[in-house]
Amino acid sequence: MSWSALLILAVAGYALKALGPLLLGDRRPSETVARALALLAVPLLAALVVVQTVGVADRMVIDARLPAVAVAALLVWRGAPFLVVVLAAAAVAAGLRAVL
Amino acid sequence: MVRRLRRLRGPYVRDALGIALATGIYGVSFGVLSVSAGLSVAQTCAMSLLVFTGASQFAVVGVLAAGGSVPTAMGNALLLAARNAAYGFVVAPVLKTSRLMRAVAAHLVIDESTAMARSQDNDDDAKGAFWTTGLAVFVLWNLGTAAGALAGQAFAEPAALGLDAMFPAAFVALLAPQLRQAGAVPAAVAGAVIALALLPFAPPGIPVLTAALAVFVGVAAAKR
Repeated sequence: MSWSALLILAVAGYALKALGPLLLGDRRPSETVARALALLAVPLLAALVVVQTVGVADRMVIDARLPAVAVAALLVWRGAPFLVVVLAAAAVAAGLRAVL
Repeated sequence: MVRRLRRLRGPYVRDALGIALATGIYGVSFGVLSVSAGLSVAQTCAMSLLVFTGASQFAVVGVLAAGGSVPTAMGNALLLAARNAAYGFVVAPVLKTSRLMRAVAAHLVIDESTAMARSQDNDDDAKGAFWTTGLAVFVLWNLGTAAGALAGQAFAEPAALGLDAMFPAAFVALLAPQLRQAGAVPAAVAGAVIALALLPFAPPGIPVLTAALAVFVGVAAAKR
């Protein structure tokens, strides 16, 4: 990733954050628009989970990642801390690969 | 000054510090994954300082690590960052400060600072909780990132360590708290289905970008 791409990301990301506090004054978006903005992260994160669990480039591949992410989901559901979730997923995937 | 100190004993301070500590550990994971995905230590640290929104940062390095192009990685990151715009509208009314300070505050508009501001019962506490949480998270997120990035350099073979499973696990952990919003579960299911359906046909990164359309499913479900 180039430094210019990183700076573009920083500026665009800041502009989104600054819309309310700095740029639009007292104008507010409609409730529907505000809800859509807040919800946008949900389908994107769900899609990232799916693609990164069973995708390799443009193919579907079932491998050690699937059981690893299943364990991670169980830990998230049980309220485990972020680092535990991520390390457990890595350990399951690495362990399965070492054994199989 | 005395007023400031009294404010620091506000009911939200302990919560803010606890959240910041957890975020610092999450910053360590970001640092490790980012250098493993090929970004330099300097770029990794610069991203946490300048972009400062966790899910988007994970998306950038995750998409790059999975072979996606820089534009698709950035597209994913910015769509994820769109929720910060919604947060900005939530916190703007309680900030009540100079333009310069609002410009600083804008950088601290993230999940954690907004949630803490929202959970107070008056505007003064909401403002204090926003600043305390935002600043504490900013400091620990960046310290964590630097520590993780430096430690991550030591790993010669990230794939053997299960790096590729760490990204989707991180996204599960980031998704879970977002699912409490109205319409979130239908939006998540629709997004996952769209991504899975497009995966065999579209270039890397595009299935996830297209999944953003599922937000309309969520908005429609929330209205019912």
